[in-house]
Amino acid sequence: MKIFKTLERYMEKPDAEYIASGHRACQGCAEVLALRLAFKVLGKDTILAMATGCMEIISTPLPLTCWRLPWIHIAFENTAAVASGIESAIRILTQKGKLENKKINIVGIAGDGGTSDIGFQALSGALERGHRLIYICLDNEAYMNTGIQRSSSTPYGAFTTTSPPGKKSIGQSTWKKDMPKIAAAHNIPYVATACPSYPYDLFNKVKKAKEVNGPAYLHILSVCPTGWRIPSEMAIEYGRLAVRSGVFPLYEVENGVYRITFKPESLIPVKDYIKGQGRFRHLTDKEISEIQDRVNKDWERLTKLCEITKA
Amino acid sequence: MKKVGIEVSLAIAEAAKLARVEVVSAYPITPQTHIVEHLAELVADGELEAAYLNVESEHSALSACVGAAAAGARTFTSTSAQGLELMHEILFIASSLRLPIVMVLVNRALSAPLSIWGDHSDVMAARDCGWIMLFCENGQEAVDSVIMAYRIGEDRRVLLPVAVNIDGFTLSHVIEPVEFPDQELVDSFLPPYKPLFTLNPERPVTMGAYGMPEIYTEAKYAQEMAILNSKAVIKEVMEEFGKVFKRNYRVVETYNLENSELAFLALGSINENIKTAIDILKAKGTNVGLISLRLYRPFPSEELLEVLKNVKRLMVVERAMPQGATNSPLFNELSAFAFHNGLNIIMENYIAGLGGRDVDPQEFVNIALNPFKKDGKLNYKIIGVRE
Repeated sequence: MKIFKTLERYMEKPDAEYIASGHRACQGCAEVLALRLAFKVLGKDTILAMATGCMEIISTPLPLTCWRLPWIHIAFENTAAVASGIESAIRILTQKGKLENKKINIVGIAGDGGTSDIGFQALSGALERGHRLIYICLDNEAYMNTGIQRSSSTPYGAFTTTSPPGKKSIGQSTWKKDMPKIAAAHNIPYVATACPSYPYDLFNKVKKAKEVNGPAYLHILSVCPTGWRIPSEMAIEYGRLAVRSGVFPLYEVENGVYRITFKPESLIPVKDYIKGQGRFRHLTDKEISEIQDRVNKDWERLTKLCEITKA
Repeated sequence: MKKVGIEVSLAIAEAAKLARVEVVSAYPITPQTHIVEHLAELVADGELEAAYLNVESEHSALSACVGAAAAGARTFTSTSAQGLELMHEILFIASSLRLPIVMVLVNRALSAPLSIWGDHSDVMAARDCGWIMLFCENGQEAVDSVIMAYRIGEDRRVLLPVAVNIDGFTLSHVIEPVEFPDQELVDSFLPPYKPLFTLNPERPVTMGAYGMPEIYTEAKYAQEMAILNSKAVIKEVMEEFGKVFKRNYRVVETYNLENSELAFLALGSINENIKTAIDILKAKGTNVGLISLRLYRPFPSEELLEVLKNVKRLMVVERAMPQGATNSPLFNELSAFAFHNGLNIIMENYIAGLGGRDVDPQEFVNIALNPFKKDGKLNYKIIGVRE
């Protein structure tokens, strides 16, 4: 199968699918796409611990499941703790000779709410303890599963059902919590941002996460057509616009060294990213320019971080 | 076997070692700490080959146990009071996923006011979480119960988590004579954990799916049958334990009940004080018995009915407040039990030993000799309360 030639650098079986079709995700869901791509790199020897959220409810109406990997869901806020327990069990059972000695990827998966809000403590604990696990935050920038409520990962100015714009409100009144840098502050071996609109960048990062000896944190921007109020066929495009405008830079932090992995020649205006999204349609030009200033500053800071940390 | 004097918390950690636990996940809270400290030492010294997780909260402690048990490890945790309440959400999930985690619950009062001392307000707030619940009166029972708990929970006819309750301080921090069984004997009694399903890439399974209205009731029904049916296995395990280790346990214990129409009923270490009171009363010519529920969940209905057949007056002593209910939790349950079984028993509700308050055996002598009469305000009597 020639078509998979380039993919074979990242995965053993490019045509393997670990999420069966027939799941109940919305049309154009970039979140389930991100997982589908990530699992191709992770491969068969993987155990998943998943938080309550979109990916959980689209996949497992008892007695059905669409997971071809061992999968467990316990609650909303404890994914990293559950993954810690699995990792510890696999380690000790292997050490005692009760399990075959081979590398198994232990992967915790949660949304932005399950990561930056309610699961924050469990995640920090797991990263600090140094478990050999990969934590994937699927960031669609709000509590989409419960009906588009704001999280600390919702961007400034966005409409959500609990941050509605009005006479006395701009919408979301706070700036997006910077989870990747918070994860990096735990001094873990690998942190990266990714987006399924850039599949090779994503493959590369999942592959690195898989290979490090210690915790890896992947923060994946997962465009949500339903919550962002965009046409479902535009999900990939909006991921690209988020990256090309600098709103969501693709970078990695490898043993403390920051590196931008996709550097546009010049950043496109933030307005190009914002203008077609229903969740931002109430924003005035002045407010958009405020966001532009913030994005410029953040980009500059990231660029400096890359320079400073370079070996 | 030789008896040794040892702090009960340390003895419990030794029992977990004898059970060859593989994953310990716990967060420190008084009065549970000595158990997890000693387990940490045993792991650090290489005496126990286990993964020891210093998690960042009790919620994560139990969550990690659930993950570890699902991956096929024998797991242990322990907590008290606020810690149990922080775990509360996950208690239900551990039992619903049918994972035989063992937790030693060092019973302590719930805040506020903050109290690190013992009572049963913590376990009573978590009594109906689908866990098997055992209560211990002394250190030897605690050690034996931990070993039996794994055997019960891991039995394929059961597959449920087990909570072993011991009273904070009055049991956890006292030095008692304990006889430790031989490792070889424990190994023969408790074979390695062999779960039906684990999180294993060779045989992928989905655990923790969601249930639509069409299936949720059936899922819960199946779980309810499991805990109800577990009682037969619990009795079987207690009987076999007696044969192997020469210490006999029953799900409902009695003391001096044979010729008594008057009986106390209570949970945990307070029963030792009640027994002292019973001996004092006996010396004075008054015959009083004691009923102790070693097994609290599943509720030992048949066994309780059997021992209650000659009882005319039952004094229920509890270490928990009703919190606005008609009576304290166990008393309410026993009232319903007596009514539905057509028992003609005078029942009295006494509340004692809250937040570590000492209860002198003389108090029980007084209760036995001066029955509580409702004075129009409370349906129960709080022993020693200053108004």
